[in-house]
Amino acid sequence: MIYMDHSATSPVDPEVLEAMEPYFTDSFGNASTLYSLGREARTAMESARKQVASIIGATPDEIIFTSGGTESDNIAIKGTVFKLKKKGNHIITSAIEHPAVDETCKYLEKNGFQVTYLPVGEDGIVSVSDLKDAITDKTVLITVMHANNEIGTIQPIKEIGEVAAEKNIYFHTDAVQSVGKIPVDVKELKVDMLSISAHKLYGPKGIGALYIRKGIRLEPIIHGGGHERGIRPGTENVAGAVGLGKACEIAERYLEKNSRSLTSIRDRLINGVLSEIEESHLNGHPTIRLPNNAHFRFTGIEGESLVLHLDFKGIAASTGSACSSKKLEPSHVLMALGMDEVQAHGSLRLTLGKENTAEEVDYVIESVKGAVGTLRSLSPLWCQTEE
Amino acid sequence: MYSEKVMEHFSNPRNVGEIEDADGVGTVGNPVCGDLMTIYIKVKDNIIEDIKFKTFGCGAAIATSSMVTEMAMGKTIEEALKITRTNVADELEGLPPVKMHCSNLAADALHAAIDDYKKRKGGEGEEKKAED
Ligand SMILES: Cc1ncc(COP(=O)(O)O)c(C=O)c1O
Repeated sequence: MIYMDHSATSPVDPEVLEAMEPYFTDSFGNASTLYSLGREARTAMESARKQVASIIGATPDEIIFTSGGTESDNIAIKGTVFKLKKKGNHIITSAIEHPAVDETCKYLEKNGFQVTYLPVGEDGIVSVSDLKDAITDKTVLITVMHANNEIGTIQPIKEIGEVAAEKNIYFHTDAVQSVGKIPVDVKELKVDMLSISAHKLYGPKGIGALYIRKGIRLEPIIHGGGHERGIRPGTENVAGAVGLGKACEIAERYLEKNSRSLTSIRDRLINGVLSEIEESHLNGHPTIRLPNNAHFRFTGIEGESLVLHLDFKGIAASTGSACSSKKLEPSHVLMALGMDEVQAHGSLRLTLGKENTAEEVDYVIESVKGAVGTLRSLSPLWCQTEE
Repeated sequence: MYSEKVMEHFSNPRNVGEIEDADGVGTVGNPVCGDLMTIYIKVKDNIIEDIKFKTFGCGAAIATSSMVTEMAMGKTIEEALKITRTNVADELEGLPPVKMHCSNLAADALHAAIDDYKKRKGGEGEEKKAED
């Protein structure tokens, strides 16, 4: 199988698995206990915290472990706006956020908060001047994702961070897709909170982290035994934390090398598809995108069918077509780019990983070409386009 | 999530194409929701002697189109009119619940093609009378 859906999840690196293993067996202790077995677990957690802090340029005491990206986003957003309720009730976000942010904002909207969803241009990037215009004296939080999970577009986080700092507004970014793929430095980006998820960078599922800048206090949204500074109570997932830490350490070590080789095979893929297949288009920004993201649309065909055809050829990919989701609406991200529904239905996302090769890319180009051709021969819309 | 039968029809769809001198053509769906299908029929002595389809849509949309053409081929107009969406889904050993409404339009397309056939037949008859 050729796996090209790394933005959905990634395989656990063998080195990560190996690092985690002892914490399921010999070193199974509860990290909050006093005896040596517990202290062993605590030590492992704390060195993992250092590894996570290091990849984003934070200090370990600014990192809390969570159950993943979704929880980190929820804690950051709800924790901020509940804490600052007396100060204001306005949140600014973007129109292309992951549901972990988008649905959280919609929930808050139903509960008395006001939310501005910043539009994006055709290239999938928010405008900093739109952001400035949206700020009111009631604005308590800005949350804009670093890199988009569908089209891979990278937002001007540093510029947004500068505006937020100047106006004294808390700024959170969902960096689930960017950490481990491009350099992320919380000081440089001027973010107050940042979400990470392990399973997007060769770590295990069900563990993540939230960076909370020193000095920021959040209202807890989960209550319990005071773990993780009371922000995320619950007996620590020691093996998970160790896995995330190791994944961050490896990602940091090879960041430049991986980013360079991914960019090179991604460009091979993009150029190959666009030149081999007529009426094919790249979605999102041509260069301001993650090094592993290629996102296409093909006139006259529907994405789910295409993904199924690629599966026949042993290729795992994904689509933003409604037909593959439970909601039956085309992706809100593609619609926000100004596409019509038909265009949004014809989309294909290929997200590369460090194990993919140039030969695999060539096979994928051929396979996509074949599948698009087959589906177009069935499509009433393709005839219309030809005429 | 799809049954084996759905996948079989999807990967190897029957009766794909158009009929140039069709006696009835029916198009249903809306590309906005991701599905659009056209069915062409050729009718002789009240029997559907040829049927073809073209579909833009998901796996279920393509499989139901293929299935309905197989079910209607060789049937009388009256028999073909009795084919329902549920029949098509049943023949395919079921469809995921979410696809039952959005992508199970093939029976509607068949009925639309038959309506068109009847209209044309009726229309032709009247025209001939008028010419006489
Ligand atoms: C941008 C983004 N945010 C949040 C999440 C959710 O992360 P998790 O699956 O760890 O809850 C994902 C992954 O699906 C994502 O891509």
